[in-house]
Amino acid sequence: MTTTELYIGAEVLRKEDPELVTGQANFIDNHVLPGMLWMAMVRPPYVHAAVNSIDTSAAKSMPGVVGVYTAADLEVGGLPFVWPITEDIKVPVHYPLTKDRIRFNGDAVAVVVAETREQALDAAENVTADVTELPAVTTMEAAMADDAPLIHEELGSNITVHWSHGGAGDQGIFDTAPVVVQEHYHQPRLIPNAIEPRGCLASSIRSMGEFTLWTSTQIPHIAKVTLSGVCGIPEEKLRVIAPDVGGGFGSKLNVYAEEALALVLSRETGRPVKWIEERSENYVATTHGRGVTHDCTLAGTPEGKILGLKFVEIADLGAYYQLLTPGIPELGGWVYMGPYAPETYWFEFRGVLTNASPTDAYRGAGRPEATYVLERLVDAYARKIGKDPAEVRRMNFHPPFDVATTSICGLNVDSGNYEPALDRALELADYQQFRKEQQSRRDGSDIRQIGIGLSTYIEMCGLAPSNILGALRYAAGGWDAATIRCLPTGKVVVATGTSPHGQGHETTWSQIVADGLGVTPDDITVLHGDTQVTPLGMDTYGSRSLSVGGVALHFAMEKIKEKARTIAAHELEVSEDDLEYADNAFRVKGAPDKARTIPELALSAWHAHDLPAGTEPNLDATAVYDPPNFTWPSGTHICVVEVDTQTGATDILRYVAVDDCGTVINPMIVEGQVHGGVAQGIAEALYEEAIYDESGNLTTSSMTQYLIPGATEIPNMTLDRTVTPSTTNPLGVKGIGEAGTIASPPAVINAVVDAVSHLGVTDVGKPASPERVWRAIRDAKGGAA
Amino acid sequence: MTHVAVSVNGTPREADVEPRTLLVYFLRETLGLTGTNVGCDTSSCGSCTVLLDGESVKSCTLLAAQADGRAVTTIEALASNGDLHPLQEAFHRNHGLQCGYCTPGMLMAAASYLKENPTPTEEDVRESLEGNLCRCTGYQNIVKSILDAAGSMSGAKA
Repeated sequence: MTTTELYIGAEVLRKEDPELVTGQANFIDNHVLPGMLWMAMVRPPYVHAAVNSIDTSAAKSMPGVVGVYTAADLEVGGLPFVWPITEDIKVPVHYPLTKDRIRFNGDAVAVVVAETREQALDAAENVTADVTELPAVTTMEAAMADDAPLIHEELGSNITVHWSHGGAGDQGIFDTAPVVVQEHYHQPRLIPNAIEPRGCLASSIRSMGEFTLWTSTQIPHIAKVTLSGVCGIPEEKLRVIAPDVGGGFGSKLNVYAEEALALVLSRETGRPVKWIEERSENYVATTHGRGVTHDCTLAGTPEGKILGLKFVEIADLGAYYQLLTPGIPELGGWVYMGPYAPETYWFEFRGVLTNASPTDAYRGAGRPEATYVLERLVDAYARKIGKDPAEVRRMNFHPPFDVATTSICGLNVDSGNYEPALDRALELADYQQFRKEQQSRRDGSDIRQIGIGLSTYIEMCGLAPSNILGALRYAAGGWDAATIRCLPTGKVVVATGTSPHGQGHETTWSQIVADGLGVTPDDITVLHGDTQVTPLGMDTYGSRSLSVGGVALHFAMEKIKEKARTIAAHELEVSEDDLEYADNAFRVKGAPDKARTIPELALSAWHAHDLPAGTEPNLDATAVYDPPNFTWPSGTHICVVEVDTQTGATDILRYVAVDDCGTVINPMIVEGQVHGGVAQGIAEALYEEAIYDESGNLTTSSMTQYLIPGATEIPNMTLDRTVTPSTTNPLGVKGIGEAGTIASPPAVINAVVDAVSHLGVTDVGKPASPERVWRAIRDAKGGAA
Repeated sequence: MTHVAVSVNGTPREADVEPRTLLVYFLRETLGLTGTNVGCDTSSCGSCTVLLDGESVKSCTLLAAQADGRAVTTIEALASNGDLHPLQEAFHRNHGLQCGYCTPGMLMAAASYLKENPTPTEEDVRESLEGNLCRCTGYQNIVKSILDAAGSMSGAKA
């Protein structure tokens, strides 16, 4: 069936923008209901403590207070954790309000509801907890010590999970190879910092047992099914709505205590209950990302051939599991081979509980962690054998393939062609020119040295084939759904199971459907994020929306076209075989003026005056698409830096990203995703780090201490693409939401190390702050600054 | 309670508020002007940027009482007579926003800055955004949007 592509591939301006640039958007804090109460959480200022008693009496008597509740006062179950990745994983119980133990800065012991925001916050400050403080452990090393205090005593250990990928190939190679490189890398905790904090509003009609939850989330569908269980609300009586959501980056890919509490308190009080997170709360009570260390081994030849890769990881899980916590390092476990083709491979990790905020997905979720250590290790190898890091990568690339091929990690990679992106990136970065400049500055012992860092990556998106998720012990499937309804006036309503929060699905989905049905994007309205309006869906995370939810559109349109063809044949009095779809209409072969467009057929199907026998009125369809495989974007990022060897300060001179996300629907949106992803990766490489003091308090506890880069810290980026269509889906799309964050941290750190490697520096730590770089140079020189 | 009288988007508005009421909550909750967003509690992110007597301020940093007798302009009044401001047009044209949460603050900060410096360089624009954080765009298209708007605004005047 031929489709004329007018909009796919075009830079269609976003349909989402008008309300967002005029202040008419509908973020969660704009929601107000009659009789609405405000909720505030009581988070005592302790890191690890036994709770002896909680005194709510003073708070209860304060102005406007409607109720103060502890765990004992509310009927609410444990929060959902849906990815028990091994049979013997130890799973801590995690209640919305902790019962007898505070285990991290963000643990709440009580919740207040009051008439106003201020009254709720005032009262929360007047709830006191009598506690016995306990020794706290906020580093993995401390938590793993034999005599470490236990975060959850009933589990018997802070090490709660050990997941091994199992090896492939000759494991002896790590001892016998002519070149063996061993490195240890640490990636600190990161705080996602969506600019909109979390928030929710719960409302109930008690007589009907019906509940609505508006919540700033990436996952209204998953929230509905899980909160139904937590709160004891029959699933069909719970409606979850994600309104306009101000960024997520994984931190809103979760089901949180406050959502459950707002629901049960709306039942308890009979009034709507609203909670808006303060930024200071966000730093402790919303999930963190990363927080991992790796021992890495590369076995290779002196000529530059990588023979084996081995990674042993320890992951900081925090004080509890949130929705996916130990699944995040496992997700990385499938990409440690990168775009290369080693014969031998090993990956395993241990998950460790600490007295810190739970970790969970943060943009890239496991894949940035893996890509960082792999790409750092490849650079270390290139340095050791004295080869150009670009050429070492090139000689190890998996050869091009356009038939799905099993990687050494065990999953099928859909397609790949890695060298063109490397070539293009080297060209855009003026690689040889900068190498010459670098040599000249080294020869001149300049204070400001040049460094060039590469990162050649692959990642996996399209999470995920449901049968694979099942095999990996994930509780849900990875399909998604779309409903397309053709209206009699020629307009189209699309309801998608994905839930965008900045990615522009309304625009991109409209482009796909406009081309498929022969209408314009302006003829289409896309509905999302409301469990009562859309088909059952699986939401937005893991760069899955286009490669799963977007592909569901394709299959829904196939159904629509099949029915439309039947009606067209009937109206044109020909057999269906005599029709072809061309130039946005079903046309009689040989007589193309005899034609019916989809909007014309939608009207016929609606008035239903003359439909062929057995054809139902209306032109609409729902498709549920379960991807047969993941999709695997790839690319090359190159960062060129100038490092001041006296101060340790790094300036980025050039940043080049050549990504391959398969077929591109909207290049403008794709580039925007890369810009934002790279910026977050640069932030990770140079600025951001969650720091706890010795007693376990988060010292980077606000935007004044945690360094989110501004416009002067992030450089302009030079972007380009190669296009290797995915073989997984008929659109050929792969996904682009996380690529920038996956590829960029090692490119930046490799560049910083490269700038000072001639001084003997092999690592600078992450983030590469001026102090760290300065210390690394001093240490390499034997302590003399 | 404190009595506050402020000209907001050209209309006199007054109310009795708690003395501790921040300007941003006066705008959002007392007046229902929810276009101005709150992103932090440390005056770091700039999402709440509005104009006070024509100059950009972070409305979470001021008490409503401090705006008494003064003129406030919010994102709701950036477009005039149904026509988008050149900055709003430029942000749309250049994909200068993704989730859009920081966008009202970015637009108000940029509107104030372009009045000060109608022909900025890229570096000028980046420095002018020092007080506004965006987590989605990497700033590249925000900067491009503001330069584009500066061009169309100076072109319109010429």
